[in-house]
Amino acid sequence: MKKNYILEDLDCANCAAKIEEGVKKIEGVAECSVSFVTEKMIVEIEEGKEKEVEKEIKKVVKKIEPDTTLREA
Amino acid sequence: MKKRLRKIIIAAIIFLIAVLIEKINFVNIDENTIFIIQIVLYVLSYLIVGFEVVKKAVVNIFHGEFFDENFLMSVATIGAFAIKEFPEAVAVMLFYQIGEYFQSYAVKKSRKSIASLMDIRPDYANLKVNGNIEKKSPEEVKIGDVIVVKPGEKVPLDGIVIEGTSMLDTSALTGESVPREVKVNDTILSGCINLNGVLDIKVEKAFGESTVSKILDLVENATNKKAKTENFITKFSKYYTPIVVLLALIIAFIPPLITKTDILDWVYRALTFLVVSCPCALVISVPLSFFSGIGAASKKGILVKGSNYLELLSKTEIAVFDKTGTLTEGVFDVQKIKNENEIGPKELLELATYCESYSNHPISISIQKAYGKEINKNRIIHSEEVAGKGIISKIDDKEVACGNIKLMKELNLDNIEQVDEIGTVIYVAINRQYAGYILISDKIKDDSKKAIQDLKKAGVRKTVMLTGDNKDVAEKVNQELKLDMVYSELLPIDKVNKVEELLKNKNEESKLAFIGDGINDAPVLARADIGIAMGGLGSDAAIEAADIVIMTDEPSKIATAMKISRKTLKIVYQNISFAIIVKIGVLILSALGLASMWAAVFADVGVTVLAVLNSFRALK
Repeated sequence: MKKNYILEDLDCANCAAKIEEGVKKIEGVAECSVSFVTEKMIVEIEEGKEKEVEKEIKKVVKKIEPDTTLREA
Repeated sequence: MKKRLRKIIIAAIIFLIAVLIEKINFVNIDENTIFIIQIVLYVLSYLIVGFEVVKKAVVNIFHGEFFDENFLMSVATIGAFAIKEFPEAVAVMLFYQIGEYFQSYAVKKSRKSIASLMDIRPDYANLKVNGNIEKKSPEEVKIGDVIVVKPGEKVPLDGIVIEGTSMLDTSALTGESVPREVKVNDTILSGCINLNGVLDIKVEKAFGESTVSKILDLVENATNKKAKTENFITKFSKYYTPIVVLLALIIAFIPPLITKTDILDWVYRALTFLVVSCPCALVISVPLSFFSGIGAASKKGILVKGSNYLELLSKTEIAVFDKTGTLTEGVFDVQKIKNENEIGPKELLELATYCESYSNHPISISIQKAYGKEINKNRIIHSEEVAGKGIISKIDDKEVACGNIKLMKELNLDNIEQVDEIGTVIYVAINRQYAGYILISDKIKDDSKKAIQDLKKAGVRKTVMLTGDNKDVAEKVNQELKLDMVYSELLPIDKVNKVEELLKNKNEESKLAFIGDGINDAPVLARADIGIAMGGLGSDAAIEAADIVIMTDEPSKIATAMKISRKTLKIVYQNISFAIIVKIGVLILSALGLASMWAAVFADVGVTVLAVLNSFRALK
């Protein structure tokens, strides 16, 4: 299923690319796209794995950009 | 933001004091003391402005992130401290932070200005409940509810006007500045601004399904569909940083080993490398430019569904048009009434209408529409269809024959000149006397000709028209529009095949755009490199099927879209080449020992800021 998130205070474009890359590597993520300008992340998650994947996404974001907060759109 | 700025200012003042203290040593303190004071001040200044960066760097190392910019900046500055370049160390960190501050300010600003460009989101709806008005959020309003829109307010949801008349400003949706009138029973779309009257509207769609939400959703998600250039830059920057760091290591240790020169000098050069090792300027300006371009397009009533499509549009060399509804109005109207004798045009139309009034052929319907008055069926004594030729009726005491030239021949009216005009000609004979003709045709849109010319000017090499109409009509239309190629008498599946064929015969780099009305050409829109649908306002089908949606009916907007796309791409390339040239320049100069760390950080920050500012230009 498709999920939309907002990455608040996403300040650096390179980090946006890194977050996208990082989230793509999470198991259960089919597709991910982060838009630096709109601070939006669209993730395609395999059915039934939403909970674990969301936890992992949070970890990735925290790791790459500690100042950025993830929230559901 | 404020806290950050305060830190920068305080650190800058301390830094200045530290630099100046040695120059204006008026109390005659001995050099050693001054040196110690200076170091204390430098370290203090550094900690104020750089502590966050160093902290992040340390945390990220534990996360296994080695090449992040915090780490690189920390290494560069701490390295400078280590080789006793104190002012350098502080200055680099200071400038880096100033640059970061500027950058995030500029980014926030541009996010805001683009958002305000697309500020069509309604904040509230005036819901009518038992005669009272309650302010509600648009999401809470249900289908069938009645809302009131006062002058100056945005229409929050799609619906039908049940009371009032007013003028609507649709410019936020269409880019069209001429207001549109609405009255009872008219459909009204969210996102328009009500200009003068009070309107009562029966809601037909929930907020999420309303025009305004759909458009916003589209535009806001457009940058998630990335352009090739953007993906390239992301990939490039992934390699850029490690390569520069590697080069820095080589510069620091290899040359001093070989040449036996002072290692500190080479370490300094290496540290300068680290200062420009962040690919920020490159990475930041590309999506910003695309977003600005998408924003500029939407302001003109052109919805671009992705950065990738905006990029492809600039490479369009073949434009394939569907004729009906795209280059022409798509409505069959009486264009001309030509009378031959004392029976005037009005009477001719009246008699033709009565003659055809039992037929529901599209041609008859357009004639009846042009007449526009109630038909008194008692006047029709008799009506008979002559298959494939027309209709002969008895109206009052007259025998009226309406039909094609074959019908006239059947009535022995042989010397009638065949009319040579675009469209369908209905010849009329009254009491076996030729009385004139009525021309029914689909009108070419006012700006179609300009659209084709503009496209040529914008760099499209080949323009093609596809139509299901017969050859004559197609050729006639093309006499006026002058497209390069015309294919007529095509079935919908033939259109797909034709596009396939054109796609096969072009080279990889040039792109093919198909422009249709989105109603029954979805397969072709999907097959083309770029599918452009016209008249998207209020048509979900068009918005759904196409990559780019022109909200109005004007084909000339396609050239406008191409211009925006070209300009955006130009800015993107400018930014990329400018950033790369400056970075490489700094790398070469510092390798030669000609650029100081000051110069490097200045160049790096400057490029980023300039690139961000430059990407703003795509908005205009």
